[in-house]
Amino acid sequence: MARTHPNGPRPTHMTAGRIGLYAFLVIAALFFLLPLYAMIVTSLKTMDEIRLGRIFALPETLDISAWITAWSGACMGTVCVGIRTGFWNSFAITVPSVALSVFIGAVNGYALSLWRPRGASVLFGLLMAGGLIPYQIFLYPMVRAMANIDLYNSLAGIILVHVIFGLPLVTLLFRNYFVSVPEELCKAARVDGAGFWRIFFEIMLPMAVPMIVVVSMLQFTGIWNDFLLGLVFAGRDNLPMTVQLNNIVNTTMGERTYNVNMAATILTAIVPLAIYFLSGRWFVRGIAAGAVKG
Amino acid sequence: MQSAVSIKDLKIAYGDHTVIEKMSIDIAPREFLVLLGPSGCGKSTLLNAIAGLQDITGGEIWISGKNVTWDEPKDRGIGMVFQSYALYPRMSVRKNLSFGLRVAGLPKAEIEARVARTAALLHLDKLLDRRPAELSGGQRQRVAIGRALVREVDVFLFDEPLSNLDAKLRNELRVEIKKLHQSLGNTMIYVTHDQIEALTLADRIAIMRDGVIQQLASPAEIYHRPANLFVAGFIGAPAMNFIEGRIDRSNGSPVFLCNGLAVDLSGYSFQAAAAEGPATLGFRPEHLVLDGAAGGLPSISSRVSVVEPMGSDAVLWFDWAGQSLSLRLMGDVTLQSGDALAPGLDITKASLFGADGSRL
Amino acid sequence: MHTTRKRNFSATFALLPTWFAAIVVYIGTMVWSIRLSFTDSTLFPSSNYVGFAQYVKLFSSAKWLASLHNVLIFGVLYVGGCLVLGFLLAAALDRKIRFENAFRTIFLYPYAMSFVVTGLIWQWMLNPTLGIQASVRSLGWETFVLDWVVNRNMAIYALVLAGIWQGAGLVMVIALAGMRGIEAEQWKAARIDGIPVWRIYVSIILPQLGPALAAAGMLLAMGVIKTYDIVVAMTNGGPGNSTEVPAKFIMDNLFGRQNLGLATAGATVLVLSVIIAVAPFRYAMYMRNRPKGAA
Repeated sequence: MARTHPNGPRPTHMTAGRIGLYAFLVIAALFFLLPLYAMIVTSLKTMDEIRLGRIFALPETLDISAWITAWSGACMGTVCVGIRTGFWNSFAITVPSVALSVFIGAVNGYALSLWRPRGASVLFGLLMAGGLIPYQIFLYPMVRAMANIDLYNSLAGIILVHVIFGLPLVTLLFRNYFVSVPEELCKAARVDGAGFWRIFFEIMLPMAVPMIVVVSMLQFTGIWNDFLLGLVFAGRDNLPMTVQLNNIVNTTMGERTYNVNMAATILTAIVPLAIYFLSGRWFVRGIAAGAVKG
Repeated sequence: MQSAVSIKDLKIAYGDHTVIEKMSIDIAPREFLVLLGPSGCGKSTLLNAIAGLQDITGGEIWISGKNVTWDEPKDRGIGMVFQSYALYPRMSVRKNLSFGLRVAGLPKAEIEARVARTAALLHLDKLLDRRPAELSGGQRQRVAIGRALVREVDVFLFDEPLSNLDAKLRNELRVEIKKLHQSLGNTMIYVTHDQIEALTLADRIAIMRDGVIQQLASPAEIYHRPANLFVAGFIGAPAMNFIEGRIDRSNGSPVFLCNGLAVDLSGYSFQAAAAEGPATLGFRPEHLVLDGAAGGLPSISSRVSVVEPMGSDAVLWFDWAGQSLSLRLMGDVTLQSGDALAPGLDITKASLFGADGSRL
Repeated sequence: MHTTRKRNFSATFALLPTWFAAIVVYIGTMVWSIRLSFTDSTLFPSSNYVGFAQYVKLFSSAKWLASLHNVLIFGVLYVGGCLVLGFLLAAALDRKIRFENAFRTIFLYPYAMSFVVTGLIWQWMLNPTLGIQASVRSLGWETFVLDWVVNRNMAIYALVLAGIWQGAGLVMVIALAGMRGIEAEQWKAARIDGIPVWRIYVSIILPQLGPALAAAGMLLAMGVIKTYDIVVAMTNGGPGNSTEVPAKFIMDNLFGRQNLGLATAGATVLVLSVIIAVAPFRYAMYMRNRPKGAA
């Protein structure tokens, strides 16, 4: 006999499995968020309160003096000018490095994928191999070479180094983008009489704006977060924020001022975090694109 | 008379891999030539070579009496329409149409006049300020055609321009292109893999296979007198029926023998004197006559296996001598699967191919 | 587009700076460094060749051997941990949950921060006198121990923890993108076959994510060999040699101890190990991507 009613009650949406799933997500979220929380509350406490050893407790009174010290008074060795010089140095390094590397990378990607001149695949292979190799093997000869052309310990020098070592990733991303552009577009423009640069500036670049944004963000966070190259090539006057932060935190004598350290840490992280939070989806797209093809 | 486009001993190769070997064609002014063939036959490569978008290994290309073998595409006096439309995505329709003219540095007034003329011709007037993404497929292809027309050149190249469109739009644009050719009178070279496009548009069709032209002739000639088995099988839907047998002249006049069937070949116009030996007889589905005995034609006895009604006509499939043959009838069909039939063969409309595949 | 050399002049010209970078910087400096590793250079480069002496010295250095040991443990646990946690997070986010965007943002934000910042955050969290250990003890659990950063045997795991915190989100993004790319029909077919959800993820989804996860693993593994910033910020190699890593060993000898020959020998070993690690993977990719019928 045919069943005329459904078997049992309508299934509910909150099963034990769903509850377990949310429990896992919430615990994971706590693991990712607690360090940020601890960092923020620590930066707002006085040292007396920090010495109580309650890292997760909210501050009793909001004290922003640690932030002021971190910005303009924290000491690296004997120099006590805070992390603000590093902040501006990082901008001075990052902005031109990003602009230059993105432009060269876009030209490379366009030339490699749509024009394929002689040796294109060799060059691309070299770049990809270069991108995998640890920087340590390049460092000493690079230092000597930069010193020879008077660029060692200079702003221009560190920018040049960032542009060179940024080429593999940026070229890869743009090449993958331009490979997906129909070749016929380039052919049509050639029938219309446009040459290499005209096609690039008038047709390809306007098309590639979303990709330019993604790559710029990726490069910006990457260069801002760099420590090694800044340490070696920038020189005392141009040290980026990451290097200054490490100096403030790890080379102080006497009692460590954890509230100042945490404030300085947040200040260093704030620019890439702002980029991330303001443009989450683009950032995600960028790292997904960079990773899968890498 | 001077040719519009002339290809002399053209050779294209990538390393050891030869795509086109020693090809020569002359295309007359105002001619509509279709390059037809399966994918990979070299037809698009040939078109790109004419456009100057493809390096050639040897030979010469002449356009309008000028040797353009090493000229840039823009200097060849051609316009080109691509399969993917290839519209510049960040430019409006107006900018798309005028880009080439702006690059060439034409005066502003001249550019505006030409764009207006072309837009009117292709009914693009109201779309001039839109971006390609805001257009339908058919509109995009009209813009692509407009971009070729606005150059006001003698030769237009089309690289499968209708392949990305749905069937209805394809039919509409096909008619538009034909009208355009009739009103403009330019030379057009058109690449396609669609035989309907080829048969409807072309003055002459060049059927290509593996970089070699199999037959270069008018659509009627190609349909009715295919030069070889490949052309015969490639053109026509459903495909031409083939039965293999041999030619016998023991009684004086040639007879085609196969599986007990004897077809008198005295009505067939041979290219040369008929020789004995193995041969393939090809006949199109519409050239079988349903009641063969009544017309006194040699007939094939079998039973209907499948009936495919198509509205205006119908195709009957039947098995004979181990192969599936088809017959086309106009109008409604009362025969059903399993019914007996004995269609007759009209040898004057059939094709005979020798052992090497070429027409006898 | 296959074009003539004449027409490609602009394209060749545009690539010149990159050719320069590739040949002079990448190849040139690498050759120079490798050459130095066969000399007795100390503060300045010398051209006195000593064969493999620097390599012998390198592999008899307790610090170098400790570095290799540490980076191996760190690498396996860090890459493995990121892959497992990242995949689980992606699978959880893939289950049509509420607040998916918020969760995804939370799991990925550490990846936007530098290794220095990550190292300093976890140095603070794991501070034995004022960090998590002190907080838990003050709640009444007087014997609770979480002193990883100052404990010789545990310091390397502190690095692993911080690393996973930073990198798991990357794997999550890549895995989630892969999961979203799987056709809905496969889910429908599996549901009609009555396959449990966890089984679908293990037997159907995971194999299809193989290449994407392998790429993510590669990316993280490359990071492992370059590991430097996080160690400097978090433990500076200590306690003892317990968190020394090869990249730091090279940097110390290059700029701190003026021991060029030894440093470049270490760097050469690092490059070799990258080649050995990457070559099979690249070869497999090449074989798979090779067009059929090509020689």
